[in-house]
Amino acid sequence: MAIEVRNLNVWYGRSQALHDITLTIESQGATAIIGPSGCGKSTFVRCLNRMHEEIAGGRVEGEVLVEGINIYERSIQPVYVRRHIGMVFQRPNPLPTRSIFENVAIGLRLNGLARGDALKEIVERSLTQAALWDEVKDRLNESAGQLSGGQQQRLCIARALAIEPKIILMDEPASALDPISTFQIEDLMRELRKTYPVVIVTHNMQQAARVAEKTVFFLQGRLIEQGETGKFFSRPQKKETEDYISGRFS
Amino acid sequence: MSITVEQQQPTANPFQAPRTAHNARRRISNIAIVALSLLATAFAVAVLLFLLLYVLRAGLPYINLDLFTKIPTPNGEPGGGLANSIQGSLILVGLASLFGIPLGLFTGIYLSEFGGRGPIATGVRFLVDVLTGIPTIIFGLFAWIFIVVPQQSFSGLAGGVALGIIMIPIVARTSEVVLRLVPNELREASLALGATESRTILRVVIPSARNGIITGIVLAMARVAGETAPLLMTAFGNPFFNSDITQPMDALPLRIFNFAESPYQAQINQAYAGSLVLIVLILITSFAIRWATGGFKHGGR
Ligand SMILES: Nc1ncnc2c1ncn2[C@@H]1O[C@H](COP(=O)(O)OP(=O)(O)O)[C@@H](O)[C@H]1O
Ligand SMILES: [Mg+2]
Repeated sequence: MAIEVRNLNVWYGRSQALHDITLTIESQGATAIIGPSGCGKSTFVRCLNRMHEEIAGGRVEGEVLVEGINIYERSIQPVYVRRHIGMVFQRPNPLPTRSIFENVAIGLRLNGLARGDALKEIVERSLTQAALWDEVKDRLNESAGQLSGGQQQRLCIARALAIEPKIILMDEPASALDPISTFQIEDLMRELRKTYPVVIVTHNMQQAARVAEKTVFFLQGRLIEQGETGKFFSRPQKKETEDYISGRFS
Repeated sequence: MSITVEQQQPTANPFQAPRTAHNARRRISNIAIVALSLLATAFAVAVLLFLLLYVLRAGLPYINLDLFTKIPTPNGEPGGGLANSIQGSLILVGLASLFGIPLGLFTGIYLSEFGGRGPIATGVRFLVDVLTGIPTIIFGLFAWIFIVVPQQSFSGLAGGVALGIIMIPIVARTSEVVLRLVPNELREASLALGATESRTILRVVIPSARNGIITGIVLAMARVAGETAPLLMTAFGNPFFNSDITQPMDALPLRIFNFAESPYQAQINQAYAGSLVLIVLILITSFAIRWATGGFKHGGR
């Protein structure tokens, strides 16, 4: 499931947030998107599952090809794109009054994908995959609002996994979490990237170095540099990249 | 080292506010605000309690089985009851809810989920606010012109329509407000799972705002259950049992209004008993609705 982004231009109303992004995301492993706050990282990943257009005034031009199919083709409905490209948000967003079980099941229920025993099986499998099963297996009926921030985020990951996405997008999934939860999420990322192509937004360069095979650097809405993570950090090609990774601006 | 310690003056406690005129004023205005709000609350509670106790004292002695099973006696003779009025009120409020709740709820959903800050939504919002403030007799007049006059008869239907229209803006505005309180993150969570917009609203947004929506509905029902003026020119009243909504229909507030001015002491007493029944009925209904919709779970508001 490789993603090919071609000449992507993105607007919020009149102001352009992304300029002519062209980029290939491999069908295996994790890709990190780094860059200073406001450079367009969130905007970019939200274009990969057509969430950007949910914002009033949001507009996208260009192509995003997933296995050769342009998801911005007129005949394609955003709903089906999102069903296959899962997303985890910066702030954990479980449905706080629903039970832990229901939070994982909701995607399956909303899309009418499973019920009964099959549903239970998928919920258990997804929670296991998200490394949360052991912590919650005895209280699946308690409300999700009682979980810690890190647990909530893993619950959201389980929820995304439950509908068996083909690609996973994560928008700074650990930035609102404490260090221990962050490491748990990073472990999870390394696990997930074996099965799914994972796109991780982060403003934390160490995190990018720890979890991603490939790193892409954005600055002020433009793609500055991309490359294999090791090389990217040890021998950056562009001056802006060097400035950024050496902390000269942030 | 020891020299510097000796030189240090024992300074004042930094957490102790200095006794300046400014600080004194601040303390006094603090106390004044607390005192004022306590006083106002006590006054409001006292008035409400007095009202309730007064109705209880004047009405309770005349609560009996006949009140719920019999219709009023002719010419103010003692005995009889308000069964027809209770039945009429239940029908009228039911009828009003039948279209007042869905219309109000969907207007609220439109305003919160689709309208945004656009000119249409702004217009609708303004209209809804105006409707909330219009004297309710105007809605009675409306139903009189469009239903009573063409039908050439007062009717329960006209009363139900008038009350229903009164419910719409109340339900719409409270629904809009509580739907807006649902964090956008939850909508995004659902959309990102591939749910359609309509499913997101029905299965995620509305359930999250459920308690608030129910509160709005209960408030609107309680409000119209006590309306009198719009019923004067629509349901009109009826001294007999009637469940035919094309015919004039009695209602508790109408009966109370008529009996309270009666020259017969028996009817005045029944007016108080009827008031008590109305209050208790509203309380029971709102508790029943909350219980039936699970509103008491999750520490419902
Ligand atoms: N809802 C929005 N409306 C208008 N402008 C926005 C909105 N969200 C983001 N932007 C703008 O788009 C640019 C990119 O933002 P974003 O993608 O959120 O950056 P990042 O995730 O890298 O911090 C910023 O200049 C930001 O101000
Ligand atoms: Mg961001």
